[in-house]
Amino acid sequence: MTVQEKSPQTTSLRSRINWLDLGLRVGAVIMALLITSLILLVANAQPLKAYWNIVLGAFSSTQKVSAVIASWVPLVLTTSGLLFTFTAGLWNIGMEGQVVVGSVFCVGAFRFLDQTGLDPWIVITIAFLAGALGGFLWAILPGVMRIYGGVNEIFGGLGLNFVAKALAIWLIFGPWKRPGVASMSGTEWIDPQFRLTYLPGTSLSPVIVVIALIGAIFVALMLKGTHFGLRLKAIGKNDRAAHLLGIPTTRYFLLAFGICGIFAGVAGSILVTSKQFSLIPDAGFGYGFLGLLVAMLVNYHPILSSIVAFFFAALSVGNVELQYMGLNSYLAGVLQGFLVLFVVMTNGVRQRLYKKG
Amino acid sequence: MDNTTLTTLAGIMEYAVPILFAAIGENFIEKSGITNLSVNGTILLTAMAGFVVALNTSSLLLGFLIGALIGMAVAAVVAFSSITLKQSQVAIGFILATLCRDLAYFLGAPYNNKPGIFLTKTPIDFLVDIPVIGPIFFNHHVLVYASYLFIILAYVYLYKTRPGLQLQGIGERPAAAYNRGVNVNFQRYMYTLVGGALIGLAGPMYSLAVKIGWSGQLSGLDGVGWIALAITIFGGWHPLRVAFGAYFFAGLQQLGITLQSNTNIPIQILQAAPFPLMIFTLLLVNIGRAEWVERELAAMPEKPRLIVSKILRMLRTSPPASLGIPFERE
Repeated sequence: MTVQEKSPQTTSLRSRINWLDLGLRVGAVIMALLITSLILLVANAQPLKAYWNIVLGAFSSTQKVSAVIASWVPLVLTTSGLLFTFTAGLWNIGMEGQVVVGSVFCVGAFRFLDQTGLDPWIVITIAFLAGALGGFLWAILPGVMRIYGGVNEIFGGLGLNFVAKALAIWLIFGPWKRPGVASMSGTEWIDPQFRLTYLPGTSLSPVIVVIALIGAIFVALMLKGTHFGLRLKAIGKNDRAAHLLGIPTTRYFLLAFGICGIFAGVAGSILVTSKQFSLIPDAGFGYGFLGLLVAMLVNYHPILSSIVAFFFAALSVGNVELQYMGLNSYLAGVLQGFLVLFVVMTNGVRQRLYKKG
Repeated sequence: MDNTTLTTLAGIMEYAVPILFAAIGENFIEKSGITNLSVNGTILLTAMAGFVVALNTSSLLLGFLIGALIGMAVAAVVAFSSITLKQSQVAIGFILATLCRDLAYFLGAPYNNKPGIFLTKTPIDFLVDIPVIGPIFFNHHVLVYASYLFIILAYVYLYKTRPGLQLQGIGERPAAAYNRGVNVNFQRYMYTLVGGALIGLAGPMYSLAVKIGWSGQLSGLDGVGWIALAITIFGGWHPLRVAFGAYFFAGLQQLGITLQSNTNIPIQILQAAPFPLMIFTLLLVNIGRAEWVERELAAMPEKPRLIVSKILRMLRTSPPASLGIPFERE
């Protein structure tokens, strides 16, 4: 599809096809909106009012915009991490669990270093490193199981998602339970000195935006401009051929999983230090799954993924406003799901048209 | 045999039913060469829809029917996207799995925890009076009896009939089947739709019979679809072995229920218990193929090597050769 064409005739063909591309993309979005509207009608709600409420819920105040950005940060990180595994042709469905284990390790580090009297910034740094380590280890597992046990990484990852959640719940109800009574609301909060400070009047800490930007740029550079990225791409296209050409595929597979897991672990640490301040049963907040959807929607394009992630974050945050219409907050997931579904399907339509044209 | 054991065993026969239908339905789809990863979402969506429709129409039959239809519709999206549009089956399946789950939770919210209608037991006369066997196998609702027949029919269809053998051909060597005049893609569409309908039945089987009611996220159904998929692999795409896997999993669920009432382990942990086991069983059936295992085996002395490799071969399962690969006429 990205073949360079030079003759004038093909140029005009290409510009025509670009219009077609655009038309198909817009068509996919319109389809998704239409079918979600139908769903809203089935649920006895006015679609336009619902969409307007989502917009209001995401952008009507500084506080809300800051919440969107705060939600964009972990999503950009999970999506960026997943670009590594996707580039290598791997399905890291275990991303959600890797975020959870990242949070577990992060909270664990805080609990361990709580009383040491170290400078808070040192403790926070160690906790982030611990979170990254947790994500890394949990991501290496499905890789090892695939390479040395023949277990498809989709099932390995999925199973580990459930195990990670059970691990969090076990900790919340067992060793890390609140003094007195354990509850689903989570472990005890981390000490205020370890919480990342918000900008005044918002719920956003500027540090995490910097981390997200560094992460996104790192991925774009790694995948576009380095040997590592090119080799990963070669493996993703055809791992046997890459192996025959002398690329150590096993090591690259594990590296892709490991880097992806580090991104997940950092996302988990951010959720702990700037949003939840404790370990809760649903510690991943769905960011791992959502990252998979964003990556699929942009066809694994690094820069586009940051933009779409912002849009998805706005949907997820704005969506909470729907409770005032008596609707629950799964609508964002429905709309996001239809969007990705139709975009992927129109990719197929485009490829068919290309072949015929 | 005492009463508790009998109830537990009878419970296994009942709890296995939805998993059986879903896993064998998926088995038909995968035998034709298509992977349908949407099972988990489909089951949640049809459990909700079946419950709501049965409640509003007071008809259990309509509840099951809507389940089958929705299952078929979701499968149609899988089939169209993967066969006609040639998109990644994993991508489409995963998107549908999350989309259908969210749809179920969104649309089902007004019906959470509402009392609904459900299927009642119809013990089979005479048979139920047989000691031990009667209470375990013949004191159930009609779905359980249907499941016995279903396993046998699925086996006979796949291995003893012409179309069944043809189906295997489509999954193993589609080009050869095509040369013999089989319309490969049409057949794939058909089996995906039929399998989808079977998977769609699993939802109402839960909400109208086995795990009565709908309570959104607390229904405890999130995850069973993935288990069903894993059982298809563990079962080596063979209905009888798949059935064994389903009964085994149902046994675990029963164990969980017993444990929950006797200990204070949080239910979420018990619900996660099957997943490490799922990974472990997949490890068992796949590890025989791993390179390092072959190397280790070659280095072993003769006698243990024969035993170990025999065990590994017995456990090992292989997918249909063309699973996940689109078919193109040359």
